[in-house]
Amino acid sequence: MIKINNLHASIDGKKILKGLNLTVNAGEVHAIMGPNGAGKSTLSSVLAGREEYEVTEGSVDFNGIDLLELSTEDRAREGLFLAFQYPIEIPGVSNVNFLRTAMNEIREYKGLDPISAKDFMTMVREKSALVELDSKLASRAVNEGFSGGEKKRNEIFQMAMLEPKLAILDETDSGLDIDALRIVANGVNQLKSAQNATIVITHYQRLLDYIIPDFVHVLFDGRIVKTGTKELAVELEEKGYDWIKDEFSTVG
Amino acid sequence: MNSQQLDEMEMPTQTSKLNQFRTNFKEGNLSFDPSLRILSRSVLENSDFPTTRNESWKYTRLTKLSQLSLTTTEKINSPISVPLKSPYVISIVNGNIIDLPTIQGVSISRLSDCSEKQLELVCKNVSIENDVFHALNTLYIKDGILIEIQENQQINDAIQLIFETQESSIFCPIRIIIVGKKSSKAHFFQHFSGKGTGLTLPVFEYFIEQNAHLSLDKIQLENDESFHISTDQVYQERDSFFKINTITLSGKLIRNNLNILVNGENCETNLNGTYLLGDGQLVDNHTVVDHLKPNCNSNELYKGVLNGKSIGVFNGKVFVRPDAQKINAFQSNANVLLSEDASMNSKPELEIYADDVKCSHGSTTGQMDEEAIFYLRTRGISDRSARALMTQAFIGDVLNQIENEEIVDYVQSKLVELHDWVI
Repeated sequence: MIKINNLHASIDGKKILKGLNLTVNAGEVHAIMGPNGAGKSTLSSVLAGREEYEVTEGSVDFNGIDLLELSTEDRAREGLFLAFQYPIEIPGVSNVNFLRTAMNEIREYKGLDPISAKDFMTMVREKSALVELDSKLASRAVNEGFSGGEKKRNEIFQMAMLEPKLAILDETDSGLDIDALRIVANGVNQLKSAQNATIVITHYQRLLDYIIPDFVHVLFDGRIVKTGTKELAVELEEKGYDWIKDEFSTVG
Repeated sequence: MNSQQLDEMEMPTQTSKLNQFRTNFKEGNLSFDPSLRILSRSVLENSDFPTTRNESWKYTRLTKLSQLSLTTTEKINSPISVPLKSPYVISIVNGNIIDLPTIQGVSISRLSDCSEKQLELVCKNVSIENDVFHALNTLYIKDGILIEIQENQQINDAIQLIFETQESSIFCPIRIIIVGKKSSKAHFFQHFSGKGTGLTLPVFEYFIEQNAHLSLDKIQLENDESFHISTDQVYQERDSFFKINTITLSGKLIRNNLNILVNGENCETNLNGTYLLGDGQLVDNHTVVDHLKPNCNSNELYKGVLNGKSIGVFNGKVFVRPDAQKINAFQSNANVLLSEDASMNSKPELEIYADDVKCSHGSTTGQMDEEAIFYLRTRGISDRSARALMTQAFIGDVLNQIENEEIVDYVQSKLVELHDWVI
């Protein structure tokens, strides 16, 4: 699905990613954990194509395509989805209008006809039910006046509508109460298939009780320094990140 | 050298640009008060086109307009574009009135058929002294229209005023007087379009009597070479309602003077406008709301999007006179600049002489929210469509003020045509 090789990236001349390697195959769920400032959000920004970040070294292969060569929209059209840590409010642009535009531009890229209004609305109803998002929110302006939990559910709703190959959830769990967390995780689990993959970036082990990862990676100082199974997440929750810092901050 | 001497040097009477400009025009012969004609002639002979030293034309250069050689014509064909289904169509082609409809509850006549008494409304609130364009209009109008909505009449279909220029280098002055009699209600739709270079110079005078309700959607779809200078002079009596939505879609230079005299209690006044400017366009909205009496509300919302090398001007004056207590007057002008070459000059002016009022104004000019653009792009939407969606959203609160769905659809279709919008 995605093969990130020796990725180096910086912003305003400051090096953040320093040789990151990660391979994710179809059907897998990977969790990336790490202390603040380790580069978790930088990774998702670089993969989504945020222009402020400069990739200085390395490569990202996405289903045989050089991801870093693509524009942000073409990455999405190839099947990459980023659930934002802080979803943006866009006054005046309705959720439904925005999603239909997105779906049709993706379909056009793939050489498909636009989705019919009827099929689209059926899909909106089904997918909004998946994350228990009030259908009224679907017709409101994108994220405007949404609560924190509604914004995160709206991200998963969009993901359900766009059916990406690879979804990156950037701290989707932070700030959510247990109920909202359960709904979001449930949505993600139902969308899981043998053909797609998920990268869950998180600060808290709690999410991983609901979305069971196949692999857990520890990101520290711009690199993946440790990889394990879901037990590693439990260990990190118990012991914190200090032992990782002690072990690896001398290296490099 | 002081400015007066400069003026004299640049504008010797006989060879002034304004005199040059009007050499091909013929004075009209409507039988309104002859002193108006005398005054207009004197204003035109003794002044020239306003320059940017004139405060109210500070950002709007008229050099190119003053260099045009225009004429009037009687040549007409039927208008090409009548956007709404409403059968109430009044067409003015190349400045000539071509037909007047019959509408139950409305009396419509040419000014040339009006009595001297009826013509007393001409320039009742429009000042000629300080405005060469009002003088030009008054001196050269061949004809005009008086529309009176009769007492207690409610006209449901929109009354369409279709202005079309079919020839190039045409000067089109026209005067339309609209009277909303006591407790009447009507909705007007003004549509301006045309081809070739030229000057469209309409002056509208509205008299909204007690408890009358008048709303107006003005669509400006002029061509890339056309100049358009219009005045809407509104007079409101007590308990009356006035609303105007000015939608400027295209044109080379458009100046809208919108002046409201609110001379009665319990009035409501709504002024909304939006302008989408491309390379080489200038739109200048000058509005004045003058509250003379207490207990009234006025709301003003203008939003603009400027692209390429374009210039926007907004000047909004609100007066609250000493006896006009309990006035709520709100004004907002917001702009988005899409290019580094675009410029916006926004000046709200409040002059408040009463002490128990609520007034506010705000003016903002900024760029597109790039975070939002990025967010939309991560969903597979192209940069171009993302910007179109955002622009549409930005001016959406103004378009939402248009109540007639047919007009909303029409404006949307024009936006798709002109700006390749996704809707």
